[in-house]
Amino acid sequence: MFDTLESEHEIAFDGLSITADGGTYTVEAPGIHEADCSATDLETALEDARAAVTNWYFWERLVEGHDTPRRAFLRWCEGAPLELEGHDGHGSAVDDRYETLRAGVVRHWGQLELTTRLSPAVDGHGQGQRVYDIRHVEDADRDRGDLEQYSEPTDARELVTHDADGRYRPLKTAPTLVTGWHFEGLSSTAFVETVRAIYPATIANWHREQHDALDIDHWLETAERQTGIYDIVDELPREAVEWVAEACCVDSQCLKRREWQYEEGDELAVDGGDGVFPCREPCSLVTAAARKWTVLESEDDKTWHLELTTSELNQLTEIVDAVADGRTDEIREADVYDGANRYRARYLRAKRMDGETFAGAHEVTDDEGHAEHAEEGHADGEDHTEDGHDDG
Amino acid sequence: MQALVIVAHGSHLNPGSAQPTYNHADTIRDTGAFDEVRESFWKEEPHFREVIRTVEADEVYVVPLFISEGYFTEEVIPRELRLEDWSPDRWDSDGTSATQATLEVGDADKVIHYCGPVGTHDAMTNVIVQRAESVTDDPDVGEGFGLAVVGHGTERNENSAKAIEYHTERIRAMDRFDEVMALYMDEEPEIDDVTDYMDADDIVVVPLFVADGFHTQEDIPEDMGLTEDYRLGWDVPGEVDGQRIWYAGAVGTEDFMADVLLERAADAGADIGDALEQVAAWTGGTPATGD
Repeated sequence: MFDTLESEHEIAFDGLSITADGGTYTVEAPGIHEADCSATDLETALEDARAAVTNWYFWERLVEGHDTPRRAFLRWCEGAPLELEGHDGHGSAVDDRYETLRAGVVRHWGQLELTTRLSPAVDGHGQGQRVYDIRHVEDADRDRGDLEQYSEPTDARELVTHDADGRYRPLKTAPTLVTGWHFEGLSSTAFVETVRAIYPATIANWHREQHDALDIDHWLETAERQTGIYDIVDELPREAVEWVAEACCVDSQCLKRREWQYEEGDELAVDGGDGVFPCREPCSLVTAAARKWTVLESEDDKTWHLELTTSELNQLTEIVDAVADGRTDEIREADVYDGANRYRARYLRAKRMDGETFAGAHEVTDDEGHAEHAEEGHADGEDHTEDGHDDG
Repeated sequence: MQALVIVAHGSHLNPGSAQPTYNHADTIRDTGAFDEVRESFWKEEPHFREVIRTVEADEVYVVPLFISEGYFTEEVIPRELRLEDWSPDRWDSDGTSATQATLEVGDADKVIHYCGPVGTHDAMTNVIVQRAESVTDDPDVGEGFGLAVVGHGTERNENSAKAIEYHTERIRAMDRFDEVMALYMDEEPEIDDVTDYMDADDIVVVPLFVADGFHTQEDIPEDMGLTEDYRLGWDVPGEVDGQRIWYAGAVGTEDFMADVLLERAADAGADIGDALEQVAAWTGGTPATGD
C-alpha cells in the first residue's frame, strides 16, 4: 500500500481514501478520519480499517482489470457497487459486505448458484481474498458430500455437453444443465473461466448492458447478413418470426433474455424472458431452424379432408403439446388417458394412418366446397396454430 | 497482452466436432504463450460474433481451424467477427498462401491479426506425416507404405483440393513413402478406388479434415470398403483387395495440430517464446519452423 501511495500519492477505493503529501498522510475510512498523520500513525489507523485495506488489496492488486466484464461480474457477485461511470452504483459498504461475505453471498446466473466467500485461509494483506463456489441452483440444499467435486474450469465442459438424458446440448443457455456437481474454493480467475465455459459470452454481454452499450442486432439485420444456405432466412414472414421466438427463445427453452426484436421500432409480442443475461441477436441455432421454417413457410395453406373423431383430433393436439413441451418421456407406460401415451399414438396410427400419411386424406378443392371441413367446434384446425402463437 | 482465438465450425448435432478445438486450445494454454486462449464456433458458443468481446488482451491472433481458404475463412468468419475493411485481397493468397492481415473490429478496441487457416500452413504437412506415424505406431513409417491424403474435392470449394495437392506434393518431395496420392470424396481420383490407384501393400489413409464426423467416420471407411457399415466399425489396419489400409481418421485430431495453430500466430507476429518446443516435446512432433 505504501508503494502505491509513493507512486500515486492517492488511494480512493470503496470508501477508503488515503492521500500522501510529502511524509504525511490523510486517511478516511468508515469510522476513521486522520489528517496529516505520520506513516506510523497511518499504520495504526489502518489497523482499525482492516476490511477497507484488505478489500482494496483484493480488488486493486489481485483482481485489477478495471472496466473489464470480469471485474464487474465479480463485484456484482458479492453485491459491491459496479463502478459505473456517472453512477454511484448500488451495493453495500465494505464493512457490511464483509459481514455477508463471511457467510457467503449467493447470486443466481442462469441455472448457476454462485457463492462468494472470504477465504478463511489467507493472512495479512490477502485477508480480503475471495473464493468462489458454483453449483446448480437445484442443488442449493444438497450436502456437498452428495455432489461430485470439480476444481478446474475446463472440467465444466463435460458438464455442459449433455443433458440429464445424455442428449447433446447444442445451446449452452438451454435450461437443461445437469445437476449433481460442485466447484468449491475457486480463485476469481478460475471462477470467471468456469462461468464462461458454462455460459459463454454471457458476462461480456451483461457487462455491456450494464453500461447501456449492448449492441443488439435485431432479427432482420441478422437475417439479412446471412449468406450461403442461410441467405433465405430474411424471407421468413414477420408473423413467423413471432413463432420462432415463441418456439426457441422463451425462458423454458433458453435462459438468455431476448432483447432483439423484429427490427428497431418493431417489437415482437412474445415475452423476451426474465434472464439475468441478455440475448443480443438470434443465435446460430435459431438461424439454422429459421432456414427450415423459411422453406416450410413458402408452402401455401391448404384445406384437407381426413376422417377423425373429435377425440382423435384432440389427441393430435395432445401429441403436439407433449412433444413441444418435451414431456413424452414423462408419460407413463400405462397412462392411456394421456393422448400422447405411446399405446394411444400407436393405436391412432394403426387405425388412421397408411404408411406415413393419414389414410384417405386429400386436399379439399373449391369444387367440393369448404362446408364439409367445418365440423362442430373444430373448424379452426388450421388456424389453431396462429391463435395459439399470438397469445404470447 | 496477447490472446489467441481459435475459430472453428462446431456442430449443432455432433458433440465431438468441437473436441479437437478444445484439445488444441488446452495444449496451447499449457504453454503459457498467450495471456488468453479462447475457442469460438460458427455453430456453438461462444459464436464468432461474440468472442472478441470476451478477450481482455488488446492484441488478438485469430486462427481459423479450417482446412482451406474459401467461403468460411474469406466471408463468414470476417463478417461475423466484424473485421473492418476486410477483403480476401488482404491475404494476397493464391489459394494456399494466406498468412495474416492486421485489422480492427467493429465491436471492440483491439488489433486483430486474422491468420490464414491451419490447413494450408506448411507445418500441416508434418502433422499429416505425424498422423501416419500415430496410426501405424511407427515413428519411421515410410518404406513399404503408401500415403493417401483425402479431401472433399472441388465440388464444395476449389481451394480444398489445392490444399490437399499442396501437402501431397510436399510429402512426396520428402521421398519417405513409396507413393503419395491425393484422393477425393466427390471427384476423381476417388477414395473409393484407393486400392486401384495405389500399389503398396500398406496404405495409410489420412483425411484432411478438422474433426471426426459424418465424412471421416461414416462415408470414407464405407467408400473404401473398409467396412460394410460404419456402425460395425473397422480394423486398423483393415484389409481391402489384399492390401492393408491404415485408416487414420481426421488429421485435425492429431495432438501436434496445436503446433500449426501456434505457427500461424507466430507468423503473424505473436511472441510465443518456446511454445513450439514445448508442444513438440508433448506431442512427439517436429516443428516446421527452421526447416
